[in-house]
Formats: sequence, structure tokens, C-alpha cells
Amino acid sequence: MTTDRRFPVRLDLRHGTVDMSHGAGGRAMAQLIAEVFQAHLDNDLLRQGNDQALFTPPPGRLVMSTDGHVVSPLFFPGGDIGCLSVHGTINDVAMAGARPLYLAAGFILEEGFALQDLVRIVVSMAAAANAAGVPVVTGDTKVVERGKGDGVFITTTGVGVVPAGVTISGDLARPGDAILVSGSLGDHGVAVLSRRENLGFEVKIASDTAALHGLVAAMVAAVPDLHCLRDPTRGGLATTLNELAHQSGVGMRIRESAIPVHPAVAAACELLGLDPLYVANEGKLIAICPAARAAELLAVMRAHPLGAAASLIGEVVADPHRFVQMETAFGGSRIVDWLAGEQLPRIC
Amino acid sequence: MKYIDEFRDRDLARGLAAAIAAAADPTRQYRLMEFCGGHTHAIFRYGLADLMPANVRFIHGPGCPVCVLPMARIDHAITLATQHGVTLCTYADLMRVPAGERRSLLKAKAAGADIRMIYSTSDALRIAREDPGRQVVFFAIGFETTTPPTAVAAKVARAEGLENFSIFCNHVLTPPALRTILATAGPDGVRLDGILGPSHVSTVIGSQPYGFVPQLFGKPVVIAGFEPLDVMQSTLMLIRQLNEGRCEVENQYTRTVTAEGNRKAQALMAEVFRPRETFEWRGLGFLPDSALRLADDYADLDAERRFAVTIGEVREVKGCECPAILRGVKEPTDCKLFGTVCTPDNPMGSCMVSSEGACAAYWSYGRFRYDH
Repeated sequence: MTTDRRFPVRLDLRHGTVDMSHGAGGRAMAQLIAEVFQAHLDNDLLRQGNDQALFTPPPGRLVMSTDGHVVSPLFFPGGDIGCLSVHGTINDVAMAGARPLYLAAGFILEEGFALQDLVRIVVSMAAAANAAGVPVVTGDTKVVERGKGDGVFITTTGVGVVPAGVTISGDLARPGDAILVSGSLGDHGVAVLSRRENLGFEVKIASDTAALHGLVAAMVAAVPDLHCLRDPTRGGLATTLNELAHQSGVGMRIRESAIPVHPAVAAACELLGLDPLYVANEGKLIAICPAARAAELLAVMRAHPLGAAASLIGEVVADPHRFVQMETAFGGSRIVDWLAGEQLPRIC
Repeated sequence: MKYIDEFRDRDLARGLAAAIAAAADPTRQYRLMEFCGGHTHAIFRYGLADLMPANVRFIHGPGCPVCVLPMARIDHAITLATQHGVTLCTYADLMRVPAGERRSLLKAKAAGADIRMIYSTSDALRIAREDPGRQVVFFAIGFETTTPPTAVAAKVARAEGLENFSIFCNHVLTPPALRTILATAGPDGVRLDGILGPSHVSTVIGSQPYGFVPQLFGKPVVIAGFEPLDVMQSTLMLIRQLNEGRCEVENQYTRTVTAEGNRKAQALMAEVFRPRETFEWRGLGFLPDSALRLADDYADLDAERRFAVTIGEVREVKGCECPAILRGVKEPTDCKLFGTVCTPDNPMGSCMVSSEGACAAYWSYGRFRYDH
């Protein structure tokens, strides 16, 4: 980086911490932006230094999505809040079948947060954005007093464009449609739980955090008449299927034996009394398509690295109650309900 | 998962279902109470009711420590946190249980009380060590299963001289509850043919303490594990006892339960706790010798003695049938509040809170079975 004459003394990124001046709009904030954010997220639009990014949208329908990221701990096996904030918004845009174009990022930093950790997070964001080909082109920084934040909160907003002829929406599931998932469930939630201060169990599971737009592009190219796409993040598969069933006014029947769950995730959930169907994912998607296209879609998903463990897990049915029902591995039936509150470990 | 998958094998389940269907005499009814909420949870989560003949019916018992805790005890804990300014530590599924005036620990926390969700007693001890200037109270709850860890916490606090740590003891004992249910069974109570007995509780106290069930009440007991195949095998064992006219305590859960139980854990409990003369159970009323308090030697660690708290009369929500449901007298669907104003998102009664509560299990896993 070239020396900026406005800041004769560089930030102490090894030992320094965020203080209130970094959000006050003056020279200290300009230095934080220059030496932390611009230094790593650099691109033509961000470099313009305006309060907004100015670009010409490509023809077609635009998609826009925003997502706030709060996660504890900030660093976990397989990722951190930085890459998560990039992947999460790219995926939300991609679930419309769109090609994501640009991201905006808002940071709320807590006074006293280590600059070293902030840099680590921004470097991770930059790597994720570069790998995905979706640059962060504008942003914002605020600092809150110590005790009024949780280290760092990141909000990202993304825009993308939907190819002509593609209409994907949560209200388009129809009785007879096939339900597919792109891979094993619950990896992200268990990876994060395993590093919580008060749990700290050892598990060989990394977060599945990933940008899914490449997988989605392949799926849309092969089966443009896809009906629904959604990434089962908070609330997991169960909550997402309930959302889609409600939006489309249909029921769903899934088969427990067809749902992929990594054995280590299943074991951790057993230990904590949690159900993997409700545990968060950050690199998985649910697809609903006409039954006649299911085999082709499954093949395309499995041919992509992020869909190698894809599975056909059930079908959409007519049901005025909009229940998601599951055939258990035993052959019995039960509801897979909305999550009530948050999943809480049992006493015994 | 070794030791888990073996007890969820589909083919074995089918074999057991066929054996139950063959053993069940079509001319009689089998009304079997699963005492523990863990059994209720397994029955619904794995859809076991679908695998039973129509004349084999599960009746849900009171065996969920969250469900049987009376509202007054939650009120007491909230008062400790709000009026005495203590840090209150408790297990997670207690957080949403309704207390008086539609309060709960979760709502008290949101209003500013220092209430922490912990995963073990060692978390509560750590919190006390880290903030010696603040009183930390562990809200101890559970059957005999979770009592030994509380005893260990008391001994550790004593050994370390942790002066800012105390225990709000709500541990309850299963045999008195079972005795009460059986004593009221019959025309005015629940009709029962046999009992699926507590499993993890029996790991601690053994199977012997349930000998009174066949002796005094003439009902067979099978100590049953929580895995779905455990529940099915135990059901078959009960049906066979009933068919053969036998009436005894059998142990299906032999991989962890012995007749005498865990002597070391029992000795710990005997050292740290004493029976309370009486204790209120939600749904069952005040039962003698049915709960534990800290022994006099540990009185300095007893939050009830350390902090003076007066609780007024606490009224149940009007129309809530939790008490009758906990006794097995009514089913969740008999309650007018069920599924209308009372759901897991907005629980009126304790049975709708815990995942092991009968109402929550019916609502979350089984409501497609009945007409809306």
C-alpha cells in the first residue's frame, strides 16, 4: 500500500483496538477505512470513495437482498463472520435464480474490539468476495460504546440480475413437485455450537458456509422451470419447508431416511438434545421442481462440488393445513413443525 | 453412531411391531403409562403410535421435571433475580415456562434480570468464581437424574469456599409421584394396565424402588430406555406380563440400570440433601417426602435460607388442563386452550413448553392425526 499523507502514523493493527473516534467521521475513521476496509476489499467502485457506488445495471430484472450478521463466536471451524456475511447475502440473491453482481457492507464495531481481529474478518470477506466474483462496492462504519455491541455486527446488501425466462419464488410449489436438498444438514450450526464458550466440545465438523450462486447457475441452466429455491439458514430445513409450504398453500411429505446428516452432526445433536432438521446451514439449498425434472436436476446438483451429496427427500402434496409431514425411519409419521422460539437443550 | 443406531434400526422396529401385534390380545385393552417425558418425546418423534395395534394405547405421565414444577417456584426464582439482584443460572428448557401473571424467566431476562442459561453445574460455579462480588444462584431442577451433579456442585463450592454461590433446590423424586397417580387410579382417575418406568432416573436409584407398584397396586412395571426400540421392546414386555398374568418389575434398560442403581451417586445425594416434608407438584398437589432440600450441613448454600422471599398466591391460567393431563386423566386435545391460545409459541401451561411435555409433543409432532 502506498503511504497516505493524511495519516503519517499507520494504525497499530497488531495491538490496537477500535475506539469511538473510528466512528466519529473524522481523520481516524478515514484512516480505519483506508487501512482496513479499502486495503483489503479494494476494487474500482470502492476506490472512487463516494458515499455510494455508481454503476450501470445490466438489462433484466434486478434482485436485491439484505441480511444482518450476528454470530457468536466470531471465528468458528470453517469460517468466520466475514465470509459468512458475504456468502449469506450472495445466497439470498442467488435463491431467486439470480446472478449476484455487487455487495454493500455495513459494520457496527464495539469500542475495544481488536483491530487484529477486524483485519482478519475483512481479509476473510475479501477472499470470499473475490472467490465469488461479487465485489463489495460501498459500505458504512459505526462504532458503539463498549458493552453495547458484541464485537462486530455486519450487514450486507446484495444486488443481482435474474436471467430471462426464470421465475423462482416461494409461492410456486405445486402438489406433485419434488423436494431436493443440496447436501448434509446442520454442519454450520454444530460447528458454531462446538466453539461456544460454555460448550466447547470437540467435533470434526466445519461450517458449510459457501456461496451457492455457481450451483444455482448450473441448476437454472439445466432446469429453467425450477419452482422454488431457498437456503435453509436459521431454523434449518424444517423451518424453511414450513415457510415454503405456507407461502405456496401446500403440504409436504419428506422421508427421514433420505435426509443427509453427517454422523458427527447427528451425534452432537444427540448430545445436546437438538434436532438436526432445525439446525442452521450456510451453504445448502432446498430446491422444488416439477417431478418430471427431478432426476435431471439431481444429476446436475451432484455434478457440482457444492451439491455432491444432494438428495431427493420428498414431494409436495395438497394439504389445506399446510403441514410438513415426515415418514420416520421406522415407517411412522410425524409433523415437522415450525420452530417455536429457539431450540433449547433438554434437562435430561 | 455406535450405541445409538443399534436402537433405531428400522428392521428391528418392524420385527418388534409385528411381535406386539401378535402378542396383543384383540379382546382386551392395554393402557400403558409412559412415566417419563423422554418416552413421550420418543413415541411422537419416531411415530411409534403408528406401529401399535389400536388396542395398545400410551397414556402420558407426569415425568417431565419442567412440567411438574409449580408456577410459584418460578415466581420465587424470578423474585430472587429481580428483588435480590442475584445472577440466576438455570437449564435451558426452564426459561420459557409460564410463571404467575404471564411472566417467565425469559421475559424477566429481557426486562433486565441477570438470568443465565447454562449447560451444567460447572458453568454456574465458573460464573460465581469469575464475579466474587455478586451472588450467584443455581436454579436446580430435575428428578433423581440431575440431582447428583447438584450435590457435586455443593461439595465443590464448599471445598473452594465460594461464598457467593448458593442453590435454589427444586429436585423432586419419582416414586412418590407414581404412588400418587396409582393411588388415584380407578373410576375417578386414570385407568392403567401397566407402567413404562423411568430409565435415566433408575440409572441412579435402581429398579428396586418401584417394587411397591406391583406389590401395592397390582400393576406391572418395565424400566424402559428412551430410544424408540427400547420403548417398543418394553411395550412388548408389558403386554406379555399382562397376558401371562404376571405382575413384577422388569428391567428392559439393562445396559445402564441395575436393581440397586448407582451407590456412589446415592451416597452423594444422601450427604447433601434431605427429603422435604412436603412439596407441591404441578397437577398432583402437595406430596409428602417427594422432593429434596439441602441438608443442614449445607444450609449456608441454600438460597431459600440465604434470601428471604415471600410469594403470594399463584393462580393457574383459567381453563388450563395441564394438571389433569399430567395425571394421565385427560389428553391434550381435551383442553379447550390446546392449539387455540396455547401453542409452543405462546404456552399457557407447562405441558406446552418442554419438548417432553405431552401437549408440546401432540402439537409439534402429532396434530395432523385429529380433526381441526
